[in-house]
Amino acid sequence: MIIEVNGTKQDLVCQTAFEAREQIGNKTDLVILNGFQIEKDSKLSENDTLTLIRKGTMPEQTELESMMMARHTPNVHIKLKEGKVAIAGLGGLGSNIAVMLARIGVGQLLLVDFDIVEPSNLNRQSYYISHLGMPKTMALKNQLKEINPFIKIITQNVKVTENKILELFNGYDIICEAFDRPEAKSMLVNGALNQLPNMRIVSASGMAGYESSNLIKTVMPMKRLYVCGDLENGAEIGKGLMAPRVQICAGHQANMVLRLLLDIKDV
Amino acid sequence: MQVNGTHILIDKNQTLFDFLQSQSIDVNTIAVERNGEIIPRSTYQNVVLSDEDTLEIVRFVGGG
Repeated sequence: MIIEVNGTKQDLVCQTAFEAREQIGNKTDLVILNGFQIEKDSKLSENDTLTLIRKGTMPEQTELESMMMARHTPNVHIKLKEGKVAIAGLGGLGSNIAVMLARIGVGQLLLVDFDIVEPSNLNRQSYYISHLGMPKTMALKNQLKEINPFIKIITQNVKVTENKILELFNGYDIICEAFDRPEAKSMLVNGALNQLPNMRIVSASGMAGYESSNLIKTVMPMKRLYVCGDLENGAEIGKGLMAPRVQICAGHQANMVLRLLLDIKDV
Repeated sequence: MQVNGTHILIDKNQTLFDFLQSQSIDVNTIAVERNGEIIPRSTYQNVVLSDEDTLEIVRFVGGG
């Protein structure tokens, strides 16, 4: 029976996952079968994906990638690896979206921001004290390399303007609009929809304060535009931006990107 | 005319720009699709609306 074990197809003479572990691995190895970590033995079928993880040891580089993706729903890894996603703005939304997309193994990420990491960013953005003063592009790239060394990360330390949209984003499947100011959001969404006829945009509007989490949703108001957020609560005097709702919104955006990369177009 | 799923009465020969002004909508923080096509922001003053039009107006608020 052909079984993919830790990223390599092997012809095994066995019926169950634990029998396979006995043959190849160690009795205490974790067993992940088709994306699910099993505690009880389970029958194997042709072309199953099996991951055996030895606790406390660093795997070989060649095995690491398949082990990292072992908890994915089967067969999504290859599609995600082919995905090219641009993230415009690396604040509370963009930095957290980038971390999520790196974790799920999206093959190429473009990170665009002109700013540096400041103390006021740390209440919601994926940066550390050690990043203060560093360009966000560099601070984020350093984190992503620690999370997933198997993806390509391109950085652009520029301010996005209408006349740079084509050059910056052409060739990507999806743009995540993750800016702060509503004028910048509008500029990018309009510019990208007009200049890039096949581009899909996953944008965000309304995630300030601490209103109910459940108000944040994903909608598709236009053919190629998805908007995540509560669509109402903007940042203003007396209403700040904080990690929980910003990250909920970033999660909505990242999941919509994941769905689009898997050819699911509805919200 | 239909705007975001709701029927609205418009003046004859009203431009998109005038309509947005009449609704106190800031043209710098929106995107508008008319009959399934995105309308470039620079042309809002030239787009004359008709009763058969379906508009989708997305308004962006700050935060990110």
